[in-house]
Amino acid sequence: MAVATVTGGVAVREASATERANVLVLTHIYTSTLVLGLGALFGMLQGFSRANLIVMPPWFDYYRMLTAHGVLMALVFTTFFITGLFTYAVYTSIPRERSLTLGWWGYGTMLTGTAMAAIEILAGNATVLYTFYAPLKASPLFYMGATLLVLGTWMVAADVVENVVWFKRRNPAERIPLPAFVSATTMIMWVIATLGVVGEMAILLPWALGFTHGIDVGLTRMLFWYFGHPLVYFWIMGAYVIWYTVVPTTFGGKLFSDGLTRLAFIMLLLLSTPVGLHHQYLDPGIAAGWKWMHTVTTYGVVIPSFMTAFAIFAGFELAARRAGVRGFWNIVRWLPWKDPAFAGPACGMLLFIPGGFGGIVNNSYSMDVLVHNTMWIVGHFHITVGGPVALTFIGASYRLVPALTGRKLFAPRLALVQVYTWFVGMSIMSTAMHWAGLLGAPRRTSDVSYFGARGAATWHHEMSWAAFGGMLVAISVLMFIIVATGTFLAKRPAETPPSFAFATADEDGVPAPAGLDRLGRWTTIALALAVLAYAGPLWVQIETHAHLAPGMRTW
Amino acid sequence: MHVHRQERIWIGIGMAMLVFFLAVITTAAVVEGFVPPSHVQSIDPTKVAETPPFDHPGLRQTGPHDYEAYYVARIFSFAPATLTVPVGSRVKFYVTSSDVEHGFSIPETGVNTMVTPGWVSEVAHTFTKRGTYLLVCNEYCGSGHQAMAAKVEVK
Repeated sequence: MAVATVTGGVAVREASATERANVLVLTHIYTSTLVLGLGALFGMLQGFSRANLIVMPPWFDYYRMLTAHGVLMALVFTTFFITGLFTYAVYTSIPRERSLTLGWWGYGTMLTGTAMAAIEILAGNATVLYTFYAPLKASPLFYMGATLLVLGTWMVAADVVENVVWFKRRNPAERIPLPAFVSATTMIMWVIATLGVVGEMAILLPWALGFTHGIDVGLTRMLFWYFGHPLVYFWIMGAYVIWYTVVPTTFGGKLFSDGLTRLAFIMLLLLSTPVGLHHQYLDPGIAAGWKWMHTVTTYGVVIPSFMTAFAIFAGFELAARRAGVRGFWNIVRWLPWKDPAFAGPACGMLLFIPGGFGGIVNNSYSMDVLVHNTMWIVGHFHITVGGPVALTFIGASYRLVPALTGRKLFAPRLALVQVYTWFVGMSIMSTAMHWAGLLGAPRRTSDVSYFGARGAATWHHEMSWAAFGGMLVAISVLMFIIVATGTFLAKRPAETPPSFAFATADEDGVPAPAGLDRLGRWTTIALALAVLAYAGPLWVQIETHAHLAPGMRTW
Repeated sequence: MHVHRQERIWIGIGMAMLVFFLAVITTAAVVEGFVPPSHVQSIDPTKVAETPPFDHPGLRQTGPHDYEAYYVARIFSFAPATLTVPVGSRVKFYVTSSDVEHGFSIPETGVNTMVTPGWVSEVAHTFTKRGTYLLVCNEYCGSGHQAMAAKVEVK
């Protein structure tokens, strides 16, 4: 909000600095909104196509659409929201005069990369799905675009970490403000994780440009999944930031425990990376022992999620008790279910319960044989990233955008209906996908009729339900786009300035150990764990010196 | 740092559950041999057609009820397209790719493995029921991926 009257040069300068920072954050958030809209459109067409309700034309085939949906949703929508949120969290919790140059460079680089990759996908030059497994060979621009997207996030990470370092230099005795702490931890984890995909690009890009002629496929797969699982935790940590620090403000509650929140994020920093082989349980060329080792570490990363579940629900109960509410159902009723900024994340939490347990099943080593590359996996990541993560980001944006613009939310009732429509639609779609997967339906295929084979006939029923649920989600995304566009265009100023605050700690007078704030030390340990988990299997891949496979364009 | 008693109990339950799961799958792996397919054998993907035994894909009998089946996965088919085995056979499938990444899955059985160019995959199954089993590629491999399938006849 602009300061209407000049009350003094200093006040005006401060206000406009905040405003300029808000524009940077808003640009991230609106970019992610736009991408979500596009991604949902492709997703809906895909569901219809897969249920044999429509046939895609040859100039925009199923796999091109699937690539666009996967890349836009998994790699772009989530990333822009998280970088925007963290920029906001750090800028507001560490007030100082700052330059926005690095932040804007980061955004610009991410956007350029996204545009390059998106153009190549839509033009049909990169129908390689979001995992881009070599030796499927996309155009060089696609790999360059993906690399730029990652390098842009590194600039945002540098901005986040620089602010935390600045704060710690000025205030060595003080704790890093919690919103800045969780943002920095997540971005450090992200940089460690993306080293894998940047390493993979260093192999793929010269090959796509014609400088090299073959690919060690096993090596690129391992580098991809070194990045691919922490990517999931990047989304989850973004959602956790909102669950821990923003959701309590919607019912006047407090952060359950400052120390435990920091501990959970440190554990996620340490354990998110050394786990990626659980995506490669069925890969040849990796000995069973390495896979088992990653089963153990993946179970380890479940612990901070258990801690989070406890802390969030305990926070609900404590706030309710302070307000004089007793009894389970009374507490449930007392929570602000009519506020979309609460209902979104809360519905997301409900979806994360089956989502998390499904993840434990997938990680259970030999059990993965039953579900690997079936629709079960598609159901799993829709009830995790498409449930808790997306609903939390959407719900939070119902508060964040008004706070950044000083405007009223357009059609708040529609926003509320949007949240519940998504919840119902995603529950139906994901359940149907899980079920189809158990029956053996493969994922990533445009048609599962298989010339009328007996087993394949049993999969259609579930896919129709999935298409119905997917349609509800797509309608819900349309509602979200209407609310977002309306808020942007209507420009109705709010009577009372809307706020997007971070909850303060509800500590029992016992401070969290200062050692938790030693981010440099934790980063070193995280890197060491990643090396320990990957040095062996990577060495085997390189030492075996697998025969190289020539690139191919099979679409 | 103060950790509430209920939270300690809750995390304790969570950890106990994970230790139990780990014990179950580890026991199954060590005692029953239930490990995911993890064969380590490399092959030149550009020379699959000349490399025995993949130069002649198909079935070899190795014992009274034991067979080895050699498959080549390539866009967008499997060789052999049909495999016929007697009921009660234990079949070890060896699969490799002569082009891109594929999948090798027989729904309704535990046969499921990735097929990576440069490597040979191995997965075994005992067929105890008669019938025609569908064998599908379950990793995207290109525009004809949805048509990449074969049959296993158990007689």
